[in-house]
Amino acid sequence: MSPTANRRPRGPKAVPLGDAAAYIELGRRVDTALNTRALRLAAALSARRGVREAVGAYAAVTVHFDPDVISLAGLERLAGELLRDKKGEPLRGRLHRVPVVYDGPDLAAAAEALEISADALVQLHSGPIYRAFMTGFVPGWTYLGPLPPPLQLPRRDRPRTSVPAGSVAMAGQQTGVYPLPTPGGWHLIGRTSLRMFLPESDPPLLIRPGDRVKFFPV
Amino acid sequence: MSGPALRVVSAGLLTTVQDLGRTRHRSAGVPPGGAMDRFSAAAANLLVGNEEGAAVLEATVTGPELVAEKPLLVAVTGGDFLPRVNGAEAPLWTSFELGSGDHLQLRERRGGARCYVAVAGGLRADRWLGSAATYLLVGRGGLEGRSLRPGDLLETAAERGGAGPGATLPPELRPEYRGELAAVPGPQVNRLLPESRRRLFQQMFHVLHSSDRMGYRLGAEPPLELRSADLLSFGLAPGCIQVPPSGEPILLQADHQTAGGYPVVATVARAWLPAAAQLLPGNEVRFRRATVEASLAEWRRLRRSLESLLSA
Repeated sequence: MSPTANRRPRGPKAVPLGDAAAYIELGRRVDTALNTRALRLAAALSARRGVREAVGAYAAVTVHFDPDVISLAGLERLAGELLRDKKGEPLRGRLHRVPVVYDGPDLAAAAEALEISADALVQLHSGPIYRAFMTGFVPGWTYLGPLPPPLQLPRRDRPRTSVPAGSVAMAGQQTGVYPLPTPGGWHLIGRTSLRMFLPESDPPLLIRPGDRVKFFPV
Repeated sequence: MSGPALRVVSAGLLTTVQDLGRTRHRSAGVPPGGAMDRFSAAAANLLVGNEEGAAVLEATVTGPELVAEKPLLVAVTGGDFLPRVNGAEAPLWTSFELGSGDHLQLRERRGGARCYVAVAGGLRADRWLGSAATYLLVGRGGLEGRSLRPGDLLETAAERGGAGPGATLPPELRPEYRGELAAVPGPQVNRLLPESRRRLFQQMFHVLHSSDRMGYRLGAEPPLELRSADLLSFGLAPGCIQVPPSGEPILLQADHQTAGGYPVVATVARAWLPAAAQLLPGNEVRFRRATVEASLAEWRRLRRSLESLLSA
């Protein structure tokens, strides 16, 4: 093996999730550049033979594959090669403007816990353009962030058994919109009339990973 | 083809139309869904001459009573719900004929949790994102996205093919429905304290009542202990065993949430998901540590069992 080959950075490991899926971790931080690598790797893997679906997350990719076509070791090699390839399409997300009525049941309590006024909370929340890092949990749910540090609160101690669809919520570094009535532990600060889950569309959701989101008060 | 094939007299606890699920939509948060016990659903179809992914009925715990509205070729597989035709015992894992007006009863469960009914020609169903699988959370697929109700009429999707009654899957080719599931250690197994890591593949867990098509909650005494649970969310698969801070694992099933941030300490391999699907709340379950290679060997054995029905 040549010295050059030795210096070549090793790719990430593909760790099995059973016998037909694998987890490839690229990092452990909420970071836009890292997330872009994960989403690009997922897109590149999805186009490969033997890969049924590759799902990009904050800093990892979960690959569902046909082990009769590609092995775990083959997948790991392929991911390493794809990550070394710096060319390729930049991620061009769409920008969504999301109208929000900031009257959520947790608005006052969250503002109090953060030691700011409700108005300041609304201003801070509707200020940034958020990144859509990943989807999951339930159909149409997209994790947005990062939240400005003055807005970061742990989840509620007692999750609600049902949160109405359209609720705008935040927890930790993240914010998002509940697409369906589901249980939820995030702080509900407002609501939007914009539908996140689009069952008649393919893909059936409004905000996709890599997109950007700006909330504005109405 | 036209006109109803089956009328629902009583629906049972939770009877839904399922197939082998939808793929390529996890990135939108849509789980694969479909039959919990895919082997049984596929076998039922092959026994009546259908493609293995045709739409079938999945009955849960207490099955339905159905009336044939015309002559039909059917097969019942999976959990033993003691099928009866007009009160007389009918075989499992074997195709048989229903005459017009015959009652098929699946109301006396003797084993397992889920049974499958395939009809030659397949069931006609609403398709969503490429699959007829009923996904109750969003009310899509199957029969109006819901479980069956008394009075529902089901049609077949196509004329029955040339298959006849008496096709059977011999007992040695059926999956073993046991409470021991082979699982491959997962990416965050080292988040468990060393003593809990040993217990994961030794101790008995019991299936708790808050268990459904999304996942099973597993009671553990004592609970498993994590070093830390702090993790960024990532994509999941059926069979993943998550450990939340409570230390009571969650075994993900067909309608699982597509992403989560709890450590995944192991994943039940595909060949044992049919057995997992046949567990009921109150049942005990143990995980046996398995390699990917051994899991694939068992998976290929199950595939050969199904393929034996094609050549029959």
